[in-house]
Amino acid sequence: MSSAPKLTREQVAARAALELRDGDCVNLGWGIPNLISDFVPAGITVYFHSENGILGMGPRARPGEEDYDVVDAMKVPVTVIPGASYFDQGMAHLMARGGHLNVSILGGLQVAENGDFANWKIPGSKGSGGIGGAMDIATGARRLIVCMEHTSKDGAPKLVRRCTYPLTAVACVHRVVTDLAVVDVTPEGFLLAEVAPGWTPEEVQKHTEARLIVRGRVPEISPAAR
Amino acid sequence: MREKVYPSADAAVADIRPGARIFFGGFGGAGFPNNLIQALDRQGAGELTAITNNCGSADGELGILFKHDRIRNVIASFPGPHARHFQERFAEGKIRLELVPQGILCERMRAAGAGIQGFYSAVGAGTPVAEGREERVINGRRTVLYEPLAAQYAMIKAWKADELGNLIYRKTARNFNPLMAVAAETTIVEVDEVVPVGALDPEAVVTPFVFVHRIVQAKGIHNVVRA
Repeated sequence: MSSAPKLTREQVAARAALELRDGDCVNLGWGIPNLISDFVPAGITVYFHSENGILGMGPRARPGEEDYDVVDAMKVPVTVIPGASYFDQGMAHLMARGGHLNVSILGGLQVAENGDFANWKIPGSKGSGGIGGAMDIATGARRLIVCMEHTSKDGAPKLVRRCTYPLTAVACVHRVVTDLAVVDVTPEGFLLAEVAPGWTPEEVQKHTEARLIVRGRVPEISPAAR
Repeated sequence: MREKVYPSADAAVADIRPGARIFFGGFGGAGFPNNLIQALDRQGAGELTAITNNCGSADGELGILFKHDRIRNVIASFPGPHARHFQERFAEGKIRLELVPQGILCERMRAAGAGIQGFYSAVGAGTPVAEGREERVINGRRTVLYEPLAAQYAMIKAWKADELGNLIYRKTARNFNPLMAVAAETTIVEVDEVVPVGALDPEAVVTPFVFVHRIVQAKGIHNVVRA
């Protein structure tokens, strides 16, 4: 076990935000991805997409300025930026499922080395469960990045050989950003692209069920993201 | 010309029979036909099938209909962990639930309204959603067959209607409402304002009047219940 700390949720979000390019249209899911809009690199404009019918979603509304007809997918009153549009839920999912967004970034429960993705149901959990927009967004993503803790609360690895949780979509994940590493899904399996500062590839492997491919020296996650 | 403007929400839902299959618009607290839902609760029809994104928050939105055991079947994408009245009854086995991916829910409604008898999508392939559904490989990709989803009634919320039933919506309160309007035999809309024919810019109309059958002017009850 490394003595170095894991990245905070904010640091994971900040690292994921470095994936965004000027002009990108981006869907952010629940969990850590929801924090990413606070870390968009200076000088670029990103058009955030919301499944309930916004392209060009801005920051949360300031207290006293909420309009409850303008909410994000988590019911939070938000704003829109110049160039934004409103449309129905079907058009919103057409954009996502049809591959019209540049990047989608979702929270996850498990990612498998073949790119399979589970994020909507823990087996045995109470209640009805719910799918929401995750299956449409994951299936159609041109580039799907998953942001999550590297292991579950009880220490179980979340990067696995095969998902054991009900799937959201098959073979859809391109990159995983966690509190320990950045990992790419390749035809050969998981490629370790970056490690958290102070962590070695061997230490990250101990927290990972699937084998991590290591090619040469693995860089640390950029200090710019901290 | 047939009069579409009803004097009250109660009048607009008076003929709904027990066992009816109903779409309910709304997402994230916005665009719910709350006055129609409360009128339906007062009317008392039970054994309903509700087709909706989510199942209310506490007593708000659809919550009241679950609280009073009006709904037996649900077709939804995200019932919601905080939909207390739904979740209690679901846990007791009193409610049957079909979970549908949200975008597929939209497309199944669109198909019903558009006279399309089904479609294939990669969404759901390899997941529990595909169980019991026909699968087929199209262009090398696993896909799943989805049938259209129609209903007897749609209860929707719009911002303004003209007296013919042309509708415009406000911001994200649009959500599922226009999709449901095309897929129901009878679409009942609750609006903030009814305006004379000709007062809406034809370029701005989102739902043309052909899809709208009953109009009720009722300033929406916003459910700002944070779940």
